[in-house]
Amino acid sequence: MAKFKTPLLDQLESGPWPSFVTDMKEMAKTKEEVNDLLGLLELSYKDKVGHWKHGGIVGVFGYGGGVIGRYTDRPDLFPGVEAFHTLRVNQPSSKFYTTEYLRKLCDIWEKHGSGMTNMHGSTGDIILLGCKTDELEPTFYDLTHDLGTDLGGSGSVLRSPACCIGKARCEFSCLDTQLLCHGITNEYQDELHRPAFPYKFKFKISGCANDCVASIARADCSIIGTWKDDIRIDQEAVRAYVAGEFAPDGGAFSGRDWGPFDITKEVVDLCPTRCMNWDGKNLKINNRECNRCMHCINVMPRALKVGLEQGATILVGGKAPILEGAQLSTLVIPFMEMQPPFDEFKAFVDKMWDWWMEEGRNRERIGELIQRKGMQEFIEVTEIKAVPQMIDHPRENPYIFWKEEEVEGGFTRDIHKYRKEHTI
Amino acid sequence: MPKVEYKGDSWMVDDDGFIDDFENWNQNWVEYTIGTEGVTEMTEDHWKLVNYIQEYFKEYGIAPMVRLLTKNTGFKLKYMYELFPSGPAKGACKVAGLPKPTGCV
Repeated sequence: MAKFKTPLLDQLESGPWPSFVTDMKEMAKTKEEVNDLLGLLELSYKDKVGHWKHGGIVGVFGYGGGVIGRYTDRPDLFPGVEAFHTLRVNQPSSKFYTTEYLRKLCDIWEKHGSGMTNMHGSTGDIILLGCKTDELEPTFYDLTHDLGTDLGGSGSVLRSPACCIGKARCEFSCLDTQLLCHGITNEYQDELHRPAFPYKFKFKISGCANDCVASIARADCSIIGTWKDDIRIDQEAVRAYVAGEFAPDGGAFSGRDWGPFDITKEVVDLCPTRCMNWDGKNLKINNRECNRCMHCINVMPRALKVGLEQGATILVGGKAPILEGAQLSTLVIPFMEMQPPFDEFKAFVDKMWDWWMEEGRNRERIGELIQRKGMQEFIEVTEIKAVPQMIDHPRENPYIFWKEEEVEGGFTRDIHKYRKEHTI
Repeated sequence: MPKVEYKGDSWMVDDDGFIDDFENWNQNWVEYTIGTEGVTEMTEDHWKLVNYIQEYFKEYGIAPMVRLLTKNTGFKLKYMYELFPSGPAKGACKVAGLPKPTGCV
Protein backbone atom coordinates (compact mmCIF):
# COMPACT_ATOMS: atom_id res chain seq x y z
CA MET A 1 0.00 0.00 0.00
CA ALA A 2 1.45 3.34 -1.02
CA LYS A 3 2.29 5.46 1.99
CA PHE A 4 2.41 8.73 0.08
CA LYS A 5 0.52 10.14 -2.88
CA THR A 6 3.00 10.54 -5.76
CA PRO A 7 1.27 12.16 -8.74
CA LEU A 8 4.50 13.56 -10.22
CA LEU A 9 6.26 10.21 -10.04
CA ASP A 10 3.19 8.40 -11.39
CA GLN A 11 3.40 10.47 -14.53
CA LEU A 12 6.83 9.03 -15.25
CA GLU A 13 5.23 5.62 -15.54
CA SER A 14 3.00 6.72 -18.40
CA GLY A 15 5.79 6.88 -21.00
CA PRO A 16 6.65 4.07 -23.40
CA TRP A 17 9.71 2.91 -21.46
CA PRO A 18 9.96 0.83 -18.30
CA SER A 19 10.11 3.21 -15.35
CA PHE A 20 12.24 3.11 -12.23
CA VAL A 21 9.13 4.35 -10.40
CA THR A 22 7.35 1.07 -11.16
CA ASP A 23 10.36 -0.85 -9.85
CA MET A 24 10.44 1.22 -6.68
CA LYS A 25 6.72 0.73 -6.07
CA GLU A 26 7.21 -3.01 -6.43
CA MET A 27 10.04 -2.93 -3.90
CA ALA A 28 7.99 -0.74 -1.58
CA LYS A 29 5.58 -3.64 -1.06
CA THR A 30 8.18 -5.38 1.07
CA LYS A 31 10.57 -2.58 2.03
CA GLU A 32 9.15 0.22 4.10
CA GLU A 33 12.12 2.52 3.45
CA VAL A 34 11.39 2.46 -0.29
CA ASN A 35 7.98 3.94 0.49
CA ASP A 36 9.77 6.78 2.24
CA LEU A 37 12.12 7.11 -0.70
CA LEU A 38 9.19 7.50 -3.08
CA GLY A 39 7.76 10.19 -0.82
CA LEU A 40 11.11 11.95 -0.61
CA LEU A 41 11.57 11.95 -4.37
CA GLU A 42 8.05 13.25 -4.91
CA LEU A 43 8.82 16.08 -2.49
CA SER A 44 12.07 16.81 -4.36
CA TYR A 45 10.16 17.10 -7.63
CA LYS A 46 7.60 19.35 -5.97
CA ASP A 47 10.17 21.58 -4.24
CA LYS A 48 12.53 21.41 -7.25
CA VAL A 49 15.39 20.79 -4.89
CA GLY A 50 17.18 17.61 -3.87
CA HIS A 51 16.52 16.49 -0.32
CA TRP A 52 19.82 14.68 0.17
CA LYS A 53 22.49 16.39 2.22
CA HIS A 54 25.88 16.74 0.65
CA GLY A 55 28.17 13.79 1.19
CA GLY A 56 28.93 12.01 4.39
CA ILE A 57 31.75 9.86 5.63
CA VAL A 58 30.83 6.30 6.40
CA GLY A 59 32.64 3.12 5.61
CA VAL A 60 33.72 -0.31 6.68
CA PHE A 61 36.80 -1.08 8.74
CA GLY A 62 39.99 -1.44 6.74
CA TYR A 63 38.68 0.49 3.76
CA GLY A 64 38.53 4.21 3.09
CA GLY A 65 36.30 3.92 0.02
CA GLY A 66 33.46 1.89 -1.38
CA VAL A 67 30.67 3.38 0.70
CA ILE A 68 29.08 6.73 0.01
CA GLY A 69 27.24 8.36 2.89
CA ARG A 70 23.73 9.59 2.17
CA TYR A 71 21.46 11.38 4.61
CA THR A 72 18.18 13.10 3.91
CA ASP A 73 17.48 16.58 5.22
CA ARG A 74 13.88 15.57 5.98
CA PRO A 75 14.20 12.64 8.39
CA ASP A 76 11.14 14.06 10.18
CA LEU A 77 8.94 13.17 7.21
CA PHE A 78 10.82 10.16 5.88
CA PRO A 79 12.50 8.33 8.76
CA GLY A 80 13.14 5.24 6.63
CA VAL A 81 15.73 7.10 4.55
CA GLU A 82 17.36 9.09 7.34
CA ALA A 83 20.58 7.19 6.57
CA PHE A 84 20.47 5.64 3.12
CA HIS A 85 24.03 4.92 2.09
CA THR A 86 25.28 3.67 -1.24
CA LEU A 87 27.64 0.73 -1.57
CA ARG A 88 29.78 0.21 -4.63
CA VAL A 89 30.54 -3.41 -5.37
CA ASN A 90 33.38 -4.26 -7.73
CA GLN A 91 31.92 -5.75 -10.90
CA PRO A 92 33.58 -8.74 -12.57
CA SER A 93 35.65 -7.97 -15.67
CA SER A 94 33.36 -7.37 -18.67
CA LYS A 95 30.40 -7.89 -16.32
CA PHE A 96 30.10 -11.62 -16.85
CA TYR A 97 27.78 -13.04 -14.21
CA THR A 98 26.23 -16.34 -13.39
CA THR A 99 22.56 -16.17 -12.45
CA GLU A 100 23.56 -17.81 -9.19
CA TYR A 101 25.80 -14.85 -8.39
CA LEU A 102 23.06 -12.35 -9.19
CA ARG A 103 20.51 -14.24 -7.09
CA LYS A 104 22.88 -14.39 -4.13
CA LEU A 105 23.71 -10.70 -4.50
CA CYS A 106 20.01 -9.79 -4.48
CA ASP A 107 19.37 -12.06 -1.49
CA ILE A 108 22.17 -10.44 0.50
CA TRP A 109 20.94 -7.02 -0.45
CA GLU A 110 17.30 -7.68 0.40
CA LYS A 111 18.42 -9.06 3.75
CA HIS A 112 20.58 -6.08 4.70
CA GLY A 113 19.48 -3.15 2.58
CA SER A 114 16.69 -1.64 0.57
CA GLY A 115 16.83 -4.30 -2.15
CA MET A 116 17.34 -1.64 -4.80
CA THR A 117 20.31 -1.84 -7.12
CA ASN A 118 21.70 0.13 -9.99
CA MET A 119 23.28 -2.16 -12.56
CA HIS A 120 25.66 -0.51 -13.21
CA GLY A 121 27.01 2.89 -12.18
CA SER A 122 28.97 4.83 -14.79
CA THR A 123 32.28 3.68 -13.33
CA GLY A 124 31.08 0.12 -13.89
CA ASP A 125 30.41 -0.99 -10.34
CA ILE A 126 27.29 -2.70 -9.10
CA ILE A 127 25.55 -0.04 -7.01
CA LEU A 128 23.59 -1.05 -3.94
CA LEU A 129 21.31 1.80 -2.97
CA GLY A 130 20.08 2.42 0.54
CA CYS A 131 21.95 0.89 3.46
CA LYS A 132 21.48 1.86 7.09
CA THR A 133 24.70 2.65 8.95
CA ASP A 134 24.65 -0.39 11.23
CA GLU A 135 24.00 -2.73 8.29
CA LEU A 136 27.18 -1.69 6.46
CA GLU A 137 29.55 -4.13 8.16
CA PRO A 138 27.16 -7.13 7.97
CA THR A 139 26.56 -6.44 4.25
CA PHE A 140 30.29 -6.16 3.65
CA TYR A 141 30.88 -9.39 5.54
CA ASP A 142 28.35 -11.31 3.47
CA LEU A 143 29.55 -9.82 0.18
CA THR A 144 33.15 -10.80 0.87
CA HIS A 145 32.57 -14.13 2.63
CA ASP A 146 29.49 -15.56 0.93
CA LEU A 147 29.80 -14.02 -2.51
CA GLY A 148 33.59 -13.74 -2.79
CA THR A 149 33.35 -10.21 -4.10
CA ASP A 150 34.68 -6.88 -2.91
CA LEU A 151 33.74 -3.24 -2.61
CA GLY A 152 34.61 -0.92 -5.47
CA GLY A 153 36.28 2.46 -5.27
CA SER A 154 34.87 5.78 -4.14
CA GLY A 155 36.50 9.05 -3.14
CA SER A 156 40.09 9.91 -4.04
CA VAL A 157 41.12 6.43 -4.98
CA LEU A 158 41.68 4.25 -7.99
CA ARG A 159 38.12 3.58 -9.10
CA SER A 160 37.16 0.04 -10.07
CA PRO A 161 38.87 -0.62 -13.41
CA ALA A 162 36.45 -1.48 -16.20
CA CYS A 163 36.83 -3.17 -19.56
CA CYS A 164 34.91 -4.06 -22.69
CA ILE A 165 33.83 -7.59 -23.58
CA GLY A 166 37.30 -8.18 -25.03
CA LYS A 167 38.55 -11.43 -26.49
CA ALA A 168 35.84 -13.31 -24.63
CA ARG A 169 33.32 -12.59 -27.33
CA CYS A 170 34.77 -10.08 -29.77
CA GLU A 171 36.97 -10.83 -32.75
CA PHE A 172 38.12 -7.20 -32.96
CA SER A 173 39.80 -7.23 -29.58
CA CYS A 174 43.56 -6.81 -29.75
CA LEU A 175 44.17 -7.47 -26.11
CA ASP A 176 42.87 -9.62 -23.32
CA THR A 177 40.98 -6.83 -21.64
CA GLN A 178 39.64 -9.04 -18.87
CA LEU A 179 43.03 -10.35 -17.88
CA LEU A 180 44.43 -6.83 -17.73
CA CYS A 181 41.40 -5.46 -15.87
CA HIS A 182 41.53 -8.27 -13.32
CA GLY A 183 45.30 -7.94 -13.11
CA ILE A 184 45.36 -4.24 -12.33
CA THR A 185 42.43 -4.59 -9.92
CA ASN A 186 44.43 -7.12 -7.93
CA GLU A 187 47.74 -5.30 -8.27
CA TYR A 188 46.39 -2.00 -7.01
CA GLN A 189 44.15 -3.12 -4.13
CA ASP A 190 45.69 -0.60 -1.77
CA GLU A 191 45.11 2.28 -4.18
CA LEU A 192 41.56 1.07 -4.79
CA HIS A 193 40.45 0.85 -1.18
CA ARG A 194 42.55 3.35 0.72
CA PRO A 195 42.39 6.92 -0.59
CA ALA A 196 45.79 8.53 -1.02
CA PHE A 197 45.44 10.25 -4.39
CA PRO A 198 44.77 13.95 -4.98
CA TYR A 199 41.49 12.87 -6.60
CA LYS A 200 39.88 9.97 -8.40
CA PHE A 201 41.72 7.92 -11.01
CA LYS A 202 40.12 5.66 -13.59
CA PHE A 203 41.46 2.97 -15.86
CA LYS A 204 39.27 1.81 -18.69
CA ILE A 205 40.29 -0.83 -21.15
CA SER A 206 38.93 -1.29 -24.65
CA GLY A 207 40.04 -4.09 -26.93
CA CYS A 208 40.06 -1.96 -30.08
CA ALA A 209 39.56 1.58 -31.35
CA ASN A 210 35.77 1.14 -31.37
CA ASP A 211 36.29 1.79 -27.66
CA CYS A 212 33.11 0.19 -26.35
CA VAL A 213 33.74 1.37 -22.79
CA ALA A 214 34.36 4.93 -24.06
CA SER A 215 37.69 4.90 -22.27
CA ILE A 216 39.05 7.88 -24.19
CA ALA A 217 36.33 10.13 -22.80
CA ARG A 218 35.91 8.71 -19.33
CA ALA A 219 39.23 7.42 -18.08
CA ASP A 220 42.30 9.12 -16.67
CA CYS A 221 44.24 6.33 -18.30
CA SER A 222 42.69 4.82 -21.41
CA ILE A 223 44.08 1.55 -22.69
CA ILE A 224 42.92 0.84 -26.21
CA GLY A 225 43.85 -2.27 -28.17
CA THR A 226 45.60 -1.86 -31.51
CA TRP A 227 47.97 -3.70 -33.84
CA LYS A 228 51.29 -2.99 -35.49
CA ASP A 229 51.36 -5.12 -38.63
CA ASP A 230 48.93 -5.22 -41.56
CA ILE A 231 45.17 -5.57 -41.69
CA ARG A 232 44.42 -9.11 -42.80
CA ILE A 233 42.44 -9.11 -46.05
CA ASP A 234 40.37 -11.88 -47.59
CA GLN A 235 39.89 -10.55 -51.14
CA GLU A 236 37.20 -13.15 -51.94
CA ALA A 237 35.16 -11.97 -49.03
CA VAL A 238 35.63 -8.33 -50.11
CA ARG A 239 34.22 -9.25 -53.51
CA ALA A 240 31.37 -11.09 -51.81
CA TYR A 241 30.49 -7.93 -49.89
CA VAL A 242 30.54 -5.94 -53.13
CA ALA A 243 28.37 -8.57 -54.80
CA GLY A 244 25.86 -8.24 -51.98
CA GLU A 245 26.38 -11.74 -50.62
CA PHE A 246 27.22 -10.48 -47.13
CA ALA A 247 25.40 -7.69 -45.32
CA PRO A 248 27.77 -4.82 -44.53
CA ASP A 249 28.19 -3.67 -40.89
CA GLY A 250 27.14 -7.13 -39.76
CA GLY A 251 23.60 -6.35 -40.91
CA ALA A 252 23.23 -3.45 -38.49
CA PHE A 253 21.51 -1.23 -41.08
CA SER A 254 18.83 -3.68 -42.12
CA GLY A 255 15.83 -1.65 -40.94
CA ARG A 256 15.28 -0.02 -44.32
CA ASP A 257 16.58 -0.30 -47.86
CA TRP A 258 19.86 1.60 -48.11
CA GLY A 259 20.49 0.43 -51.66
CA PRO A 260 23.31 -1.83 -52.82
CA PHE A 261 26.59 -1.74 -50.93
CA ASP A 262 28.99 0.81 -52.41
CA ILE A 263 32.50 -0.01 -51.28
CA THR A 264 33.97 3.22 -52.59
CA LYS A 265 31.45 5.43 -50.86
CA GLU A 266 31.08 3.46 -47.66
CA VAL A 267 34.61 2.25 -47.08
CA VAL A 268 37.34 3.72 -49.30
CA ASP A 269 36.16 7.35 -49.20
CA LEU A 270 35.47 7.22 -45.48
CA CYS A 271 38.97 6.10 -44.61
CA PRO A 272 40.38 9.00 -42.54
CA THR A 273 43.88 8.62 -43.93
CA ARG A 274 42.78 7.74 -47.46
CA CYS A 275 45.02 4.72 -47.44
CA MET A 276 42.70 2.38 -49.34
CA ASN A 277 42.07 1.65 -52.96
CA TRP A 278 39.45 -0.52 -54.71
CA ASP A 279 40.13 -1.37 -58.33
CA GLY A 280 36.97 -3.38 -58.90
CA LYS A 281 38.63 -6.66 -58.02
CA ASN A 282 40.98 -6.15 -55.14
CA LEU A 283 41.08 -3.91 -52.10
CA LYS A 284 44.52 -2.52 -51.40
CA ILE A 285 45.51 -0.95 -48.11
CA ASN A 286 48.61 1.12 -47.57
CA ASN A 287 49.15 -0.07 -44.00
CA ARG A 288 51.93 2.44 -43.42
CA GLU A 289 49.34 5.22 -43.57
CA CYS A 290 46.56 3.37 -41.74
CA ASN A 291 45.75 4.81 -38.34
CA ARG A 292 43.84 1.73 -37.14
CA CYS A 293 40.51 3.52 -36.83
CA MET A 294 38.51 0.28 -37.31
CA HIS A 295 35.99 1.73 -39.79
CA CYS A 296 36.69 -0.59 -42.74
CA ILE A 297 36.87 -3.60 -40.43
CA ASN A 298 33.54 -2.69 -38.86
CA VAL A 299 31.88 -2.47 -42.28
CA MET A 300 33.36 -5.69 -43.66
CA PRO A 301 34.26 -7.89 -40.70
CA ARG A 302 34.26 -11.08 -42.79
CA ALA A 303 36.79 -9.65 -45.22
CA LEU A 304 39.06 -7.58 -43.00
CA LYS A 305 40.58 -8.50 -39.69
CA VAL A 306 42.82 -6.74 -37.22
CA GLY A 307 46.54 -7.52 -37.52
CA LEU A 308 48.28 -10.19 -35.52
CA GLU A 309 51.02 -8.18 -33.84
CA GLN A 310 48.75 -6.87 -31.12
CA GLY A 311 49.09 -4.57 -28.14
CA ALA A 312 47.62 -1.37 -26.84
CA THR A 313 47.75 2.37 -27.21
CA ILE A 314 47.94 4.22 -23.89
CA LEU A 315 46.28 7.60 -23.48
CA VAL A 316 46.14 9.80 -20.42
CA GLY A 317 44.05 12.61 -19.02
CA GLY A 318 40.42 12.07 -20.02
CA LYS A 319 37.79 13.44 -17.63
CA ALA A 320 34.43 15.13 -17.22
CA PRO A 321 34.30 18.85 -16.45
CA ILE A 322 35.19 19.55 -12.82
CA LEU A 323 37.82 22.21 -12.20
CA GLU A 324 38.45 22.53 -15.92
CA GLY A 325 36.34 21.53 -18.90
CA ALA A 326 35.91 18.03 -20.28
CA GLN A 327 38.89 16.49 -21.97
CA LEU A 328 39.58 13.44 -24.06
CA SER A 329 42.64 11.42 -23.19
CA THR A 330 45.85 12.36 -24.98
CA LEU A 331 47.97 9.74 -26.65
CA VAL A 332 51.21 9.14 -24.77
CA ILE A 333 52.31 5.65 -25.80
CA PRO A 334 51.40 4.69 -29.38
CA PHE A 335 52.05 0.99 -28.91
CA MET A 336 52.83 -1.20 -25.95
CA GLU A 337 52.82 -4.97 -25.93
CA MET A 338 50.31 -6.10 -23.37
CA GLN A 339 51.38 -9.47 -22.10
CA PRO A 340 51.02 -10.66 -18.53
CA PRO A 341 52.32 -9.79 -16.00
CA PHE A 342 52.09 -6.33 -17.66
CA ASP A 343 55.31 -5.12 -16.04
CA GLU A 344 56.02 -2.43 -18.62
CA PHE A 345 52.56 -0.97 -18.14
CA LYS A 346 52.77 -1.08 -14.36
CA ALA A 347 56.16 0.63 -14.42
CA PHE A 348 54.60 3.44 -16.46
CA VAL A 349 51.65 3.70 -14.05
CA ASP A 350 53.93 3.91 -11.02
CA LYS A 351 55.92 6.77 -12.55
CA MET A 352 52.74 8.60 -13.53
CA TRP A 353 51.20 8.22 -10.06
CA ASP A 354 54.40 9.24 -8.26
CA TRP A 355 54.41 12.51 -10.18
CA TRP A 356 50.69 13.14 -9.72
CA MET A 357 50.78 12.41 -5.97
CA GLU A 358 53.78 14.68 -5.54
CA GLU A 359 52.63 17.59 -7.68
CA GLY A 360 48.85 17.25 -7.82
CA ARG A 361 46.69 19.67 -5.89
CA ASN A 362 43.74 18.52 -3.89
CA ARG A 363 40.99 17.46 -6.33
CA GLU A 364 43.16 17.86 -9.39
CA ARG A 365 42.80 15.10 -11.96
CA ILE A 366 45.92 14.00 -13.76
CA GLY A 367 44.64 15.56 -16.99
CA GLU A 368 44.40 18.90 -15.25
CA LEU A 369 47.86 18.53 -13.77
CA ILE A 370 49.19 17.87 -17.28
CA GLN A 371 47.41 21.04 -18.45
CA ARG A 372 48.94 23.02 -15.61
CA LYS A 373 52.48 21.65 -15.72
CA GLY A 374 52.67 20.76 -19.39
CA MET A 375 52.78 17.59 -21.42
CA GLN A 376 56.51 18.04 -21.75
CA GLU A 377 56.97 17.54 -18.03
CA PHE A 378 54.63 14.56 -18.06
CA ILE A 379 56.57 12.70 -20.72
CA GLU A 380 59.80 13.60 -18.94
CA VAL A 381 58.74 12.18 -15.58
CA THR A 382 57.27 9.06 -17.17
CA GLU A 383 60.41 8.72 -19.31
CA ILE A 384 58.50 8.54 -22.56
CA LYS A 385 60.21 9.57 -25.75
CA ALA A 386 58.22 12.05 -27.83
CA VAL A 387 57.42 10.45 -31.18
CA PRO A 388 55.47 11.69 -34.23
CA GLN A 389 52.70 9.13 -33.65
CA MET A 390 51.69 11.04 -30.54
CA ILE A 391 50.27 13.93 -32.53
CA ASP A 392 47.37 14.39 -34.89
CA HIS A 393 48.95 16.47 -37.61
CA PRO A 394 52.40 17.94 -38.18
CA ARG A 395 52.84 21.29 -36.40
CA GLU A 396 49.64 20.81 -34.45
CA ASN A 397 51.33 19.82 -31.28
CA PRO A 398 51.43 22.72 -28.83
CA TYR A 399 53.23 21.06 -26.00
CA ILE A 400 56.64 19.85 -27.09
CA PHE A 401 59.09 22.69 -26.75
CA TRP A 402 62.80 22.89 -27.09
CA LYS A 403 64.69 23.45 -23.90
CA GLU A 404 67.30 26.16 -23.90
CA GLU A 405 70.19 23.73 -23.44
CA GLU A 406 69.05 21.77 -26.48
CA VAL A 407 69.25 24.79 -28.77
CA GLU A 408 72.63 25.77 -30.12
CA GLY A 409 73.33 29.27 -28.84
CA GLY A 410 70.43 29.06 -26.39
CA PHE A 411 67.50 31.45 -26.60
CA THR A 412 69.69 34.54 -26.76
CA ARG A 413 70.74 33.96 -30.36
CA ASP A 414 69.99 36.89 -32.68
CA ILE A 415 67.31 35.55 -34.97
CA HIS A 416 67.81 38.28 -37.58
CA LYS A 417 71.47 37.51 -37.90
CA TYR A 418 70.63 33.80 -38.11
CA ARG A 419 68.05 34.37 -40.83
CA LYS A 420 70.53 36.32 -42.92
CA GLU A 421 72.65 33.19 -43.10
CA HIS A 422 69.80 30.69 -43.28
CA THR A 423 67.04 32.08 -45.45
CA ILE A 424 63.72 30.27 -45.36
CA MET B 1 22.47 17.82 15.40
CA PRO B 2 22.50 14.95 17.91
CA LYS B 3 24.09 15.27 21.33
CA VAL B 4 26.42 12.65 22.74
CA GLU B 5 27.56 12.25 26.34
CA TYR B 6 30.53 10.51 27.86
CA LYS B 7 31.92 10.62 31.41
CA GLY B 8 30.08 13.81 32.23
CA ASP B 9 31.12 15.64 29.04
CA SER B 10 28.73 16.26 26.18
CA TRP B 11 29.21 17.32 22.57
CA MET B 12 27.06 18.10 19.57
CA VAL B 13 27.95 15.91 16.58
CA ASP B 14 26.99 15.74 12.90
CA ASP B 15 25.38 12.78 11.07
CA ASP B 16 28.67 10.95 10.83
CA GLY B 17 29.58 11.61 14.45
CA PHE B 18 32.14 14.36 13.91
CA ILE B 19 32.49 16.98 16.67
CA ASP B 20 30.76 20.34 16.16
CA ASP B 21 33.73 22.45 17.19
CA PHE B 22 37.43 21.70 17.56
CA GLU B 23 37.41 23.93 20.67
CA ASN B 24 35.34 21.30 22.49
CA TRP B 25 37.84 18.52 21.89
CA ASN B 26 39.35 16.90 24.99
CA GLN B 27 40.68 13.62 26.35
CA ASN B 28 37.18 12.28 26.97
CA TRP B 29 36.26 12.84 23.33
CA VAL B 30 39.21 10.66 22.35
CA GLU B 31 38.12 7.91 24.71
CA TYR B 32 34.55 8.15 23.48
CA THR B 33 35.31 8.11 19.72
CA ILE B 34 37.95 5.39 19.62
CA GLY B 35 35.18 3.03 20.72
CA THR B 36 33.12 3.77 17.64
CA GLU B 37 36.13 3.73 15.30
CA GLY B 38 37.45 0.31 16.22
CA VAL B 39 40.49 1.44 18.23
CA THR B 40 41.04 -0.34 21.54
CA GLU B 41 43.87 1.72 22.94
CA MET B 42 45.64 4.93 21.97
CA THR B 43 49.32 4.03 21.55
CA GLU B 44 52.20 6.40 20.91
CA ASP B 45 51.73 5.94 17.15
CA HIS B 46 48.02 6.77 17.40
CA TRP B 47 48.94 10.01 19.14
CA LYS B 48 51.66 10.80 16.62
CA LEU B 49 49.03 10.72 13.88
CA VAL B 50 46.39 12.62 15.87
CA ASN B 51 48.89 15.26 16.98
CA TYR B 52 50.08 15.89 13.44
CA ILE B 53 46.49 16.18 12.16
CA GLN B 54 45.68 18.68 14.92
CA GLU B 55 48.79 20.78 14.33
CA TYR B 56 48.06 20.93 10.63
CA PHE B 57 44.43 21.84 11.28
CA LYS B 58 45.40 24.62 13.69
CA GLU B 59 47.67 26.12 11.04
CA TYR B 60 45.62 25.66 7.87
CA GLY B 61 42.04 25.10 9.05
CA ILE B 62 41.64 21.91 7.04
CA ALA B 63 42.62 18.28 7.36
CA PRO B 64 45.95 17.38 5.73
CA MET B 65 46.01 15.35 2.53
CA VAL B 66 46.81 11.69 3.06
CA ARG B 67 50.14 12.09 1.28
CA LEU B 68 51.23 14.64 3.87
CA LEU B 69 50.23 12.27 6.64
CA THR B 70 52.41 9.48 5.31
CA LYS B 71 55.29 11.88 4.65
CA ASN B 72 55.25 13.56 8.02
CA THR B 73 54.55 10.60 10.26
CA GLY B 74 56.56 8.08 8.26
CA PHE B 75 53.62 5.67 8.53
CA LYS B 76 52.64 3.59 5.52
CA LEU B 77 49.02 3.89 4.44
CA LYS B 78 48.28 0.31 5.43
CA TYR B 79 49.70 0.90 8.89
CA MET B 80 47.43 3.92 9.33
CA TYR B 81 44.48 1.63 8.66
CA GLU B 82 45.85 -0.75 11.28
CA LEU B 83 45.96 2.11 13.77
CA PHE B 84 42.58 3.49 12.75
CA PRO B 85 40.58 0.77 10.93
CA SER B 86 38.12 3.30 9.55
CA GLY B 87 41.00 5.19 7.96
CA PRO B 88 42.72 8.52 8.47
CA ALA B 89 39.82 10.63 7.21
CA LYS B 90 36.96 9.03 9.10
CA GLY B 91 38.82 7.56 12.08
CA ALA B 92 41.86 9.67 12.89
CA CYS B 93 40.27 13.01 12.02
CA LYS B 94 37.19 12.21 14.08
CA VAL B 95 39.27 11.27 17.11
CA ALA B 96 41.41 14.38 16.59
CA GLY B 97 38.28 16.50 16.85
CA LEU B 98 38.30 17.90 13.32
CA PRO B 99 35.13 18.71 11.41
CA LYS B 100 34.19 16.21 8.72
CA PRO B 101 36.83 16.29 5.99
CA THR B 102 35.46 17.20 2.60
CA GLY B 103 36.14 15.03 -0.38
CA CYS B 104 34.59 13.51 -3.41
CA VAL B 105 32.02 10.90 -2.50
